[in-house]
Amino acid sequence: MEDLGRHLLDHYQRGFPLSPRPYAEVAQHLGVTEEDVIGALETLSREGAIARLGAVVRPGAMGAGTLAAMAVPDERIDEVTALVNGYHEVNHNYEREHRLNLWFVVIAADRARLDAVLADIKQCTGLDVIDLPMEKEYHLDLGFALKWT
Amino acid sequence: MDMTETHQCVLAAVADGLPFSPSPYADIGRQVGVDEETVIAMLSDMLESGTIKRLGLVARHRELGYRANAMVVWDVADELVDAVGQRMGAVDFVTLCYRRTRRPPDWPYNLFSMIHGRDRATVLAQVDELTRLPGLTDVPRSVLFSSRRFKQRGARYARPPVPA
Repeated sequence: MEDLGRHLLDHYQRGFPLSPRPYAEVAQHLGVTEEDVIGALETLSREGAIARLGAVVRPGAMGAGTLAAMAVPDERIDEVTALVNGYHEVNHNYEREHRLNLWFVVIAADRARLDAVLADIKQCTGLDVIDLPMEKEYHLDLGFALKWT
Repeated sequence: MDMTETHQCVLAAVADGLPFSPSPYADIGRQVGVDEETVIAMLSDMLESGTIKRLGLVARHRELGYRANAMVVWDVADELVDAVGQRMGAVDFVTLCYRRTRRPPDWPYNLFSMIHGRDRATVLAQVDELTRLPGLTDVPRSVLFSSRRFKQRGARYARPPVPA
């Protein structure tokens, strides 16, 4: 990875400038051009090193959310994953090594819509969906400190 | 802070990601139907109130070489969980820490912590370190490594953004 990309990852996971030309402001701090910064971000994004440059939102601020878990038989994992990912309310979906092997985050406008999505997944798959809503958050998200090797 | 429909639209837009254009806030303003200055003022308010936890690059751990992603879950007594959670959330290698509803008998665990590491051995050593925190020594726990990621994107407001 190029030095500029690393630098952006080390210093701009938070505190991205709220000014009319934020990329130019970052560029000025780093002694490069606005085009350099935008180019480095496009590269990070294209390479998949960043999901986006944007806001990480406090849970609950965008409606009702939950973490859902399902025990999906191995031979049905592709089919069930495709169905679950098809809901635009689902924004993270991971397979994990456990009897409950499919874990996804659902965020909906309100609890009623959230319940409807979970009920729909249950009905379409014939599998149970365990609903694990958050009650409290203990971690202040400051971004992730990468250790370059 | 009162969240108006316009706040929600601006929030939805920045949660999805800023455009890589010289004036991203003006672009978002055009999408949502307000001017650049309003977008910036609203984002500043939402950062201050904690609605937005941070604004910046959102890393994808796996692509950056952090291939071992473990959700470590604990069954902590209700009267202790807040104190233990605060302690755990302050540990530098813990990237997320939450209390969630238990669902016995399927799911007895109430405290969730996430660890992203370069390899499993490192992560398991870090889990060991957590078990030495006060209140966690003899607590039932489970470590769930992720084997595949099927989807990752910002939280999306469920209603399509419309101007207020």
